[in-house]
Amino acid sequence: MNIPYDLKYTKNDEWVRIEGNVGTVGITDYAQDQLSDIVYVEIIVAEGEQVSQGDTCATVESVKAAADVYLPVSGVITAVNEDLPDAPETINSDPYGKAWMVKVELSDPNELDGLLEAEGYQQLIASKE
Amino acid sequence: MNEPLLCDLSVPGRVGIRYPAPDVPLAELPAGLERQNLPLPEVYEVDVVRHFTRLSQLNHSIDTGFYPLGSCTMKYNPKLNEETARLPGFAHIHPLQPIETVQGSLALMFELQEWLIEIGGFAGVTLQPAAGAQGELTGILIIRAYFESRGETQRVKILVPDSAHGTNPATSAMSGMRVVELKSDLRGNVDLGALQAECDDTLAGLMLTNPNTLGLFDENVEEVIRLVHQAGGLVYGDGANMNALLGIVRPGDLGFDLLHYNLHKTFSTPHGGGGPGSGPVGVAAHLVDYLPAPVVAILEEADDESDLPPLYGLVTPSKSIGRVKAFHGHFGMAVRAYTYMRVHGKEGLRMISEYAVLNANYLLARLRDHYHVPFDRICMHEFVAEGRWPDAPDIHALDVSKRLMDFGFHPPTNYFPLIVHESLMIEPTETESKQVLDAFAEAMIKIAVEAHHQPELLKNAPHNTPVGRLDEVKAAKELVLCCAVGSYTE
Amino acid sequence: MLATIGVERLEDLFQDVPASFRFPELNLPPALTEMEAFAEMQDLASANESTHDLVCFLGAGAYHHYIPAAVDAILRRGEFLTAYTPYQPEVSQGTLRAIFDYQSLITSLTGMDVSNASHYDGATAAAEAVSLAYANFRGKRTKVVLSPNLHPHYRQTIHTYNHGSAIEITGEQVDIRMGPKALIPLIDENTALVIVQYPDFFGRIYDHTALVEAAHAKGALVSISANPLALGMLKAPGEFGADIVTGEGQPLGIPLTYGGPYLGIFATRTEYVRKMAGRLVGETVDNRGQKAYVLTLTAREQHIRREKATSNICTNQGLMALASAVYLSLLGKHGLRQVSELCYHKAHYAARQISQLEGYELWNSTPFYHEFVVRCPLPVEEINAYLLENGILGGYDLGQDYPELESHVLLAVTEMNSREEIDLLVETLAEVPHE
Repeated sequence: MNIPYDLKYTKNDEWVRIEGNVGTVGITDYAQDQLSDIVYVEIIVAEGEQVSQGDTCATVESVKAAADVYLPVSGVITAVNEDLPDAPETINSDPYGKAWMVKVELSDPNELDGLLEAEGYQQLIASKE
Repeated sequence: MNEPLLCDLSVPGRVGIRYPAPDVPLAELPAGLERQNLPLPEVYEVDVVRHFTRLSQLNHSIDTGFYPLGSCTMKYNPKLNEETARLPGFAHIHPLQPIETVQGSLALMFELQEWLIEIGGFAGVTLQPAAGAQGELTGILIIRAYFESRGETQRVKILVPDSAHGTNPATSAMSGMRVVELKSDLRGNVDLGALQAECDDTLAGLMLTNPNTLGLFDENVEEVIRLVHQAGGLVYGDGANMNALLGIVRPGDLGFDLLHYNLHKTFSTPHGGGGPGSGPVGVAAHLVDYLPAPVVAILEEADDESDLPPLYGLVTPSKSIGRVKAFHGHFGMAVRAYTYMRVHGKEGLRMISEYAVLNANYLLARLRDHYHVPFDRICMHEFVAEGRWPDAPDIHALDVSKRLMDFGFHPPTNYFPLIVHESLMIEPTETESKQVLDAFAEAMIKIAVEAHHQPELLKNAPHNTPVGRLDEVKAAKELVLCCAVGSYTE
Repeated sequence: MLATIGVERLEDLFQDVPASFRFPELNLPPALTEMEAFAEMQDLASANESTHDLVCFLGAGAYHHYIPAAVDAILRRGEFLTAYTPYQPEVSQGTLRAIFDYQSLITSLTGMDVSNASHYDGATAAAEAVSLAYANFRGKRTKVVLSPNLHPHYRQTIHTYNHGSAIEITGEQVDIRMGPKALIPLIDENTALVIVQYPDFFGRIYDHTALVEAAHAKGALVSISANPLALGMLKAPGEFGADIVTGEGQPLGIPLTYGGPYLGIFATRTEYVRKMAGRLVGETVDNRGQKAYVLTLTAREQHIRREKATSNICTNQGLMALASAVYLSLLGKHGLRQVSELCYHKAHYAARQISQLEGYELWNSTPFYHEFVVRCPLPVEEINAYLLENGILGGYDLGQDYPELESHVLLAVTEMNSREEIDLLVETLAEVPHE
């Protein structure tokens, strides 16, 4: 299971990559593996929208399951990945790269302290197995 | 499987039925609202009959074989029911006819209500809900209306055990209630500690399937109900598993406040490839006034002296939650269910449940050495085994199911309940003879051996069915949901 | 069997059931033989007066139509009748293909992109349209504009489904004499859905294009509850730009059966398919390279989404959907148009004849389909009682639901009513003792 060291994680299997004051959000390799073949993704927030930690930003669907993607951080949406809905399988093949979902300009960087580091996330998914 | 789709059978100019020419002067068609293009098939009657007959032959059904689909109660559907439901006096009456012209139907509905009241131990029954899921919705709406009328609007929490069917949480959420999941204990009962922790003044009710989806009768059911009542909540029974309880125990006696029945499970109305169902709801005395409208009641008592029968009519209970569908429920299903009940009578109803439970325990006994049974104690009308073995790591429950098809059996319910990994939920019903159960057990045992020695037989199964395993990802991604528009008449 | 299980008596299997309540003495009669049970059911059935005994002019959401013999012959095939939901596609291609045929026929008939495998009936389908719209706007739009000209049972069902929810229902106060345009001022930026009926409850047919345009201008969706048989000759709701089409499928080969089981039609646009509740069959291939069919988009259904699902619906009306698919196939392009027009012409003949009677007046001024409203010289109850004495099942008393329509009756005429029957109705109405 790929769990990059430079990212932060949530208990709900989202990741966030921090670059300056902007966080890029997606779902983890573990999440895509659990869902299996992803057939549909819908991003439900728009650029410029004010969002809070825990808000739903996307819905992901496989043949077996449907999952909501929750925002790990609060702030303003600065970009959404408009290519993703046309190629939902990217989430299976490149969850940390091309399958990013939204970018958020952080309004409260302190929230990052509440997120998991790679090691903590690894332990969490080990306990779920 | 080479049966074409209807749209491919169409040839311009053909028609499957002729109608008489108009015997009245023609009226002018409405300007601007007339349809210009009606892309429907053009086929002969024989084309239609052959097409659908051939399609039917691609189905597994109760009439063609054993169908042990857990929690669905796939029992034999007696042919008599189909005859009685088609009597012109039942099949060709309009739902809005004056009650004087439909006393036979109203009498039947009233009697069916009375039988369900007696079987379940309740004070009132509505026949309106169209299916089990709508029965549940009705039940939860009644619970909410009950607390609203008592001013206890803070009661919005519905407890749902983790073994429950997915409709339970969906129904509660649909009715604006807050769903809290309760875990099961190691014997498959509701965890009393977890229950106690949730018993506060926001509790509206508990949705309890008993026997639960593991096929187990909750050993603490009286205590569970007592705790909920003590906290001021109501207990809703999901009657999907009533086939274990006819003449065995009445849920109302145990303290259930309300419960939905599934006429298409317990009372033998046909499943029809996924409906129509029928989900009557029974309620205790304190909830009778909240039943959806209408219910059938006696408007004027029978007069024995002048030999007059009672006058039946449709009434709206005083605090009714309203209507959950048009008209008066699935009357056609009520006729079938009532026919079934009359044929079985008091003793027959109890025998149904006794034999359903006997058959399930017999299969459990025959299979427990070959399949792991996670909650292994005497079961009711169904049980859950696991379709996995530590020494056959590639095999899943789905593979066992698909391989069963090669032996001519319908698979059990897969991947439900969620609390068992790789679950195979097996409900034989009272319909089956020992010979059928033995044949099924032999097939299951053979499959367990194959899983270890010829796993590819399972992984590639089914082999003998009209189609093999399907590409579900393609179906969900490409979404071809109908013939191309206009393709009938190219 | 008991020995294999390891118990001595059948009763031993029920030890988990509390002893004090075990094996209750049910106060129910003993079993009947098949012969006796059939006789008893015959007695009950013959206590009813059916549309075989009476000349029927009653409609109001359930209609007396001819059902071709082949429809029931197919329904009675045990392979369709006694199968369950096609969870295992390898042994359920019959049901799956039949539903796919149904979906194709309904999308063609309604002029929409997709149809689900059906809902319970016209009322619950209309209520599910509200759930779709609410989910589509993620709860951010909370208003539903409901035409008073939608079937009263459907409106009551919508109220029951949404009681206590965030949804606010308005529109029923609008003057029923007005067409759909009267609803336009009520549509605003908070409106999720506008619901109308076509032909409306009074049989009137309106062009809904302007309403749809007005709703779309505010970002709201429009759901049209349509009579599918009327669509044999009337413009498809899809042509008005409707977002959702629902309807009662009973006219398509399903017997009246005192109100059910019927068929809830539900069709929509591709963009809303994931918000649509209910079963859906899709085309794919199997591992042998054959075209095959399977339940699809199941991830949005209750058994997976649980408390997050749009609806709790599990089943469809499988057998009724099959009935309508067989019916629509038999009639096809030409037959459906023919039946649809027969209803229309006969209704117009009846309306003309009745409107010439003294004391009776046609309430409709706009075009209508196969139902129309007549103002009567007496309470409808009295007129219907007289008709019944003469073997005629009269129309629906509108005063029950619309106080302003006291002494107004809603009459339905179908292909089943011969000219002689219509003339009999007219003569009998003329004879009703009044003044």
